Amino acid sequence: MIEIVSIIGAVVAVSFGAIMPAYSEGRAIAAAMEAIARQPEAAGTLSRTLFVGLAMIETMAIYCLVIALLVLYANPFTG
Amino acid sequence: MMAQNPLLPDILFRIGPVPIDRAVVTTWAIMALLCALLALVLRRRRVQAGAAQSILEILVETIESQLRDVLGRDPWPFMPLLGGMFIFLCLANLVAIVPGGKPPTGHVETPAALALIVFFSVHYYGMRARGPGAYLRKYIRPNPILLPLNLLSELTRTFSLMVRLFGNMMSHEFVIAIVLMLAGLLLPVPFMALGILIGLIQAYIFTILAAVYIGAAISGSEA
Repeated sequence: MIEIVSIIGAVVAVSFGAIMPAYSEGRAIAAAMEAIARQPEAAGTLSRTLFVGLAMIETMAIYCLVIALLVLYANPFTG
Repeated sequence: MMAQNPLLPDILFRIGPVPIDRAVVTTWAIMALLCALLALVLRRRRVQAGAAQSILEILVETIESQLRDVLGRDPWPFMPLLGGMFIFLCLANLVAIVPGGKPPTGHVETPAALALIVFFSVHYYGMRARGPGAYLRKYIRPNPILLPLNLLSELTRTFSLMVRLFGNMMSHEFVIAIVLMLAGLLLPVPFMALGILIGLIQAYIFTILAAVYIGAAISGSEA
């Protein structure tokens, strides 16, 4: 029983944890594209900031993934 | 059918009581490769550089100019740490393209060690640049009530540095394993090409974030 609940929990964590980071990464990239289109000479600074920001956003999705893996492989409630 | 547990170490052999992980052996191989390469290329250094020396110089100068933009000052005091970290991470993340190689960053120990190195060197550089008193005073700024939050953010950013690198590399390995299991021989190839890109971007992000943290520590602004 705990195994089934864990698998469902992992699926829910990964799927819902992917929605908002994906949406916000899309918004960040769209904003950066607009900025680069307006000011192509600032492309270097913009893309560096974009990468760092994307990494920050992506961390949230990765946290969900790590939680899912903990639930699947290192579950404290199963033996 | 479940793939191998990514959180457990993959012990290859033991030296006395010390178990030696696959990640450790891969790290040693990368270190030996780097040392051999540098010793070979830099044995005869010349002002009129040959092809191999020119490639190394271009690499170092690119890293240097990127770090100069991020730090906003002379990057050379930090080049041994940050540049070395970048080159090591690039090679470590690209080990997967060698048949049989597994990236050491795909297990939690190597990213943890690197994040700890960043954690301690941020404080070391910060205290050396501004003095321990002035450096530690940033934790009670703007208000001593925020001290626990400042300490917490210090810990979580180190943790997220570790988890980001580990999660990306490990999940990618996982995706390839699952695609191979579901689809067969040739379909994982585009995913592996994507893996090269992911590995390089993660190495870049790790280095840039370490540079941002160090730059914030030595200049006294917030990051």
